[in-house]
Amino acid sequence: MICVEHLTKRYGNHTAIEDVSFVVNKGEILAFLGPNGAGKTTTMRILTGFMPPSEGTVTIAGFDSFEHPQEIKRRIGYLPEHPPLYQELTVHEYLTFVGRLKGLLPALIPGRMAQVVEQLNLGPVQHRVIEHLSKGYRQRVGLAQALIHDPPILILDEPTSGLDPKQIIEIRHLIQSLGESHTIVLSTHILSEATAICGRVMIIHCGHIVAEDTPEHLSSRFRHTQKLNLTVKQIPEGWNDRLQNLPGILHVAQGSLANSRIIECELGQDSRDTLAQFAVSQGAGLLELSPINLSLEEVFLHLTEQDEPMGPDSDFEHSATQQEHSRP
Amino acid sequence: MTPVSILISKELRCFFVSPVFYVVGTIFLFISGFLAHLMVVNAGQQAVRLLQIQHSYAQLNLNDLVFRQLFYSMDMVLMFVLPILTMRLFAEERKLRTFELLLTSPIGINEIISAKFMSVLLIFLGLLSLTAFTPLVLSIYSTFEWNPILTGYLAMALQGTFFLSCGVLASTMTENQVVAAFLSFGIILAIWLLGSLGGLLGDTILGTTLSYLSFTEHYDRLIRGLLDVKDIVYYLSGTGLMLFIAHRIVDSHRWQ
Repeated sequence: MICVEHLTKRYGNHTAIEDVSFVVNKGEILAFLGPNGAGKTTTMRILTGFMPPSEGTVTIAGFDSFEHPQEIKRRIGYLPEHPPLYQELTVHEYLTFVGRLKGLLPALIPGRMAQVVEQLNLGPVQHRVIEHLSKGYRQRVGLAQALIHDPPILILDEPTSGLDPKQIIEIRHLIQSLGESHTIVLSTHILSEATAICGRVMIIHCGHIVAEDTPEHLSSRFRHTQKLNLTVKQIPEGWNDRLQNLPGILHVAQGSLANSRIIECELGQDSRDTLAQFAVSQGAGLLELSPINLSLEEVFLHLTEQDEPMGPDSDFEHSATQQEHSRP
Repeated sequence: MTPVSILISKELRCFFVSPVFYVVGTIFLFISGFLAHLMVVNAGQQAVRLLQIQHSYAQLNLNDLVFRQLFYSMDMVLMFVLPILTMRLFAEERKLRTFELLLTSPIGINEIISAKFMSVLLIFLGLLSLTAFTPLVLSIYSTFEWNPILTGYLAMALQGTFFLSCGVLASTMTENQVVAAFLSFGIILAIWLLGSLGGLLGDTILGTTLSYLSFTEHYDRLIRGLLDVKDIVYYLSGTGLMLFIAHRIVDSHRWQ
């Protein structure tokens, strides 16, 4: 559905993104993750036709962005970082205008309007002037304008920005449900959001794609040790030292509960059996023994804390190896 | 409806809910009405003087005494008022980031510029048509030639169209509406001053060229009732040039 090849965007001497390539398949939800200024918004703006790339090609729904920009624009619903709202119009007037501008037939507008208003809970404010709406409502009106013409592709720049926790959950559910029939590219700085709703995550740093995979695969890919959570009924004396002396155990730390411990083991060596037997033999009373996956936050920090941008996979291997060596 | 007509209707809607439009419209109509009143009072005083001298009713030429003077003065009014109408067109879109919506919609930059220009032109022509109240009322009490008045209105319409295109251009250059208004006024003033500079240089090639580039001589000819194609071509080509430059500026923003 979306095919981006060797995309580069330069603003004078500054390179915002460089040699970015990726594909988004139909019905897929892809999240762009990255620190501020990483190039997420630039990439999205190029996808939507707001700005042309300095180099590279974008093909959306089979149309080249240079040759058929209008065809692409008809098929995209775009929510920019700042919702593009005409303050003096009412929500109803604004959505009608956007629907007509995007090519929606006048006869279809009332039906789509009712659907979008219901999806985004805009009923109570649809005849109010946008200027008088709260930030949360404005964000939802912004999302509504992206959906009003029922585009097959949605590009959403921080769609849950400015919403309260309840609204965030609602919008996440909406995006997930839209993902069944739409192709969605979204950017977010809320990592749990990417984990919760996206099938694939792309981490952008300093204008380069530094990682691209499912959240689960990213977690396992950048894991250098295996972490286990061990909870017992009662803590025997010298418990930490005894655990530390077991084969394959690298480090023992306090867990979230008083009688739980986070145990770091060597990767590739399954220590669960050893730990279970040990806990039972010590009479500690085994309550829980479960693996802890590396969170997306840890992956994100690991990738974006580098000073210099890294290339794709090969550079990663290098970075991973370095970390391996520095490990005690 | 075409994208242009959709955008025009939205722009008109925004104008009609904006206090700026009502303030500008009121000021424009008040000043034009007040100027007309002054001209008529002046013509009345001249009639009384002639009556005292000649001891008989003199036939006053209202075209010369009222309308031509009025059209001369309206030139300045347009110069001050129209930049306020155009200042928000693009500056506000950029400030509120709504331009991102337009540029990611299936509508070309030329259509966006045409729609915005057409909407403000409709507003201006609507306001201008309301000033026709003056000749209509005077026609009840007096007789005068209608043709110079029609060319005078054509002059104001063309002059206004050109000023509006300068305003559209200025509005594409900045996010600040006040700056856009001053910039627009500056562009119009600079073109106006070209005429004065041309006058100083006299009948040289440079002088004639500068005088031609300024709207002063074209406007003067039209309000004197001289309808010449080259004056109309001047206004239309000037308007086209300003809108073309505005198009290039908007397009260049996409690359920045």
